Amino acid sequence: MTEEIIIAGFGGQGVLSMGKILAYAGIMQDKEVSWLPSYGPEMRGGTSNVTVILSDERICSPYLNQFDTAIILNQQSMDKFESAVKPGGLLIYDPNGISHHPTRKDINIYQVAAADKANELGIAKLFNMIVLGGFLKIKPLVTPEMLHKGLEKSLPERHHHLIPKNEEAVEIGKSILTPYHTI
Amino acid sequence: MAKELKLMKGNEAIAEAAIRCGADGYFGYPITPQSEVLEHLMAERPYLTTGMVVLQAESELASINMVYAGAAAGKRVMTSSSSPGFSLMQEGLSYIAGAELPALCVNVVRGGPGLGTIQPSQSDYFQTTKGGGHGDYRLITLAPASVQEMYDFVELGFDLAFKYRNPVAILSDGVIGQVMEKIMIDDYKPRWTDEYIEKNCPWAATGHRSTGKHRIVTSLELEALKQEAINNRIQAKYRECEKNDTRYEAIQCDDAEYLFVAYGSAARICMKAVELARAEGIKVGLVRPITLWPFPTQAIKEIGGRMKKIMSVEMNAGQMIEDVKLAVEGKVPVEHYGRYGGVIPTPVEIFEALKKMVK
Repeated sequence: MTEEIIIAGFGGQGVLSMGKILAYAGIMQDKEVSWLPSYGPEMRGGTSNVTVILSDERICSPYLNQFDTAIILNQQSMDKFESAVKPGGLLIYDPNGISHHPTRKDINIYQVAAADKANELGIAKLFNMIVLGGFLKIKPLVTPEMLHKGLEKSLPERHHHLIPKNEEAVEIGKSILTPYHTI
Repeated sequence: MAKELKLMKGNEAIAEAAIRCGADGYFGYPITPQSEVLEHLMAERPYLTTGMVVLQAESELASINMVYAGAAAGKRVMTSSSSPGFSLMQEGLSYIAGAELPALCVNVVRGGPGLGTIQPSQSDYFQTTKGGGHGDYRLITLAPASVQEMYDFVELGFDLAFKYRNPVAILSDGVIGQVMEKIMIDDYKPRWTDEYIEKNCPWAATGHRSTGKHRIVTSLELEALKQEAINNRIQAKYRECEKNDTRYEAIQCDDAEYLFVAYGSAARICMKAVELARAEGIKVGLVRPITLWPFPTQAIKEIGGRMKKIMSVEMNAGQMIEDVKLAVEGKVPVEHYGRYGGVIPTPVEIFEALKKMVK
């Protein structure tokens, strides 16, 4: 099993930390992992993205231009990465702020309205975990138990009391995922 | 020895390895994309535990000369920088090589020339392997292709530096510096004691101690014949190093008809291109030089000699290709594929270039 994922959105949406939590959970599950952020001027107020790879084998390139899954959180990232999903692959996006919805017919597309839900519940900071939940609903690459361990590893100890809230957000994400176009 | 599993950035792994292998000092000046080395050291504060000195110097010139001084005292000292900063260190590296001192320097390469960009590149290959400073010297150059190798090559780098009393470079780039991967880290090793240094580094300027003899560390010798003798001694070490410490990895070369030669992050991307090509029936292998100097000339001569064509894949405009061509002595056509200025080639792009070459 190798899963090649791009997570892309605005800086500040928790794109990098979502990737990090996934990577830690992968390690807990004994997988090989790679986490490569875009870095540089584009992160200052602009787009931010991270390539995460989970695999049972040695990971070749940490840098990719085709992905099994794209998790997309703003329009710029949609413009950039819709075409980068492999045929038959998966695209998950938050429709909030998206004016041009994806048009591909050869991939599975789901919406996770995480921004609206997070605002409604007053848990804006857990936005990224809701998105992650949507992804894990389709591709349960890591078990809830390993995700818990991943959270323990990636969050500093002073934030460990927030882990249950993070896990609830993941469950919310799973429940609000809606198909947009499936093959 | 207890090993521990961690998820770490390549740059952090350099810093962690330095502390854990018992380094005595780090002197550096921040620059993207390697700033996490100094940041991680400052966060870990090894000066309170192992006693390792961590100092942000006022400039790269100061850093490399602090390394020069630390090395002269037999200490295991290092610095790190990125391309423009590393250029500033070349004079110091030449002096360190001339004075025959051990030191470790890390270059997390970004696109040039000039201040260039902050994105990953491999455009400092010439500078590092052919001598960026003046005089007949070489930097023993290690090219990590993973976070684990970033970690492992710090201790290996110190070992080689002391074995040959010569500066060692870890030539990395923004991809390997910034990527987080799973690594195994070692338990803390103690720093060398003064007694150990006294016993094992008879050249070190540690004060008279037992011998009562002056120990002078210098790279100056005005008498030509004596300077030639020093050069002969240095060259003899380099021949030993070429014989004993050339490293490379051969991937899927046994049945290959075509060959990629690539190092560092370009090698990782080529591994993916090998996968793509083999899925379409193109038999391609990869030789990944781990030491860029000494270059694995013999291995590329033997493995490359069996191939129809070779492609040197680099994140530069064609630098290592010269060494690949020298290795195969004109017997096999060698082409170059590269992106530069901070652009990373994609696996598909390299695969397409391979298809064009095969045609």
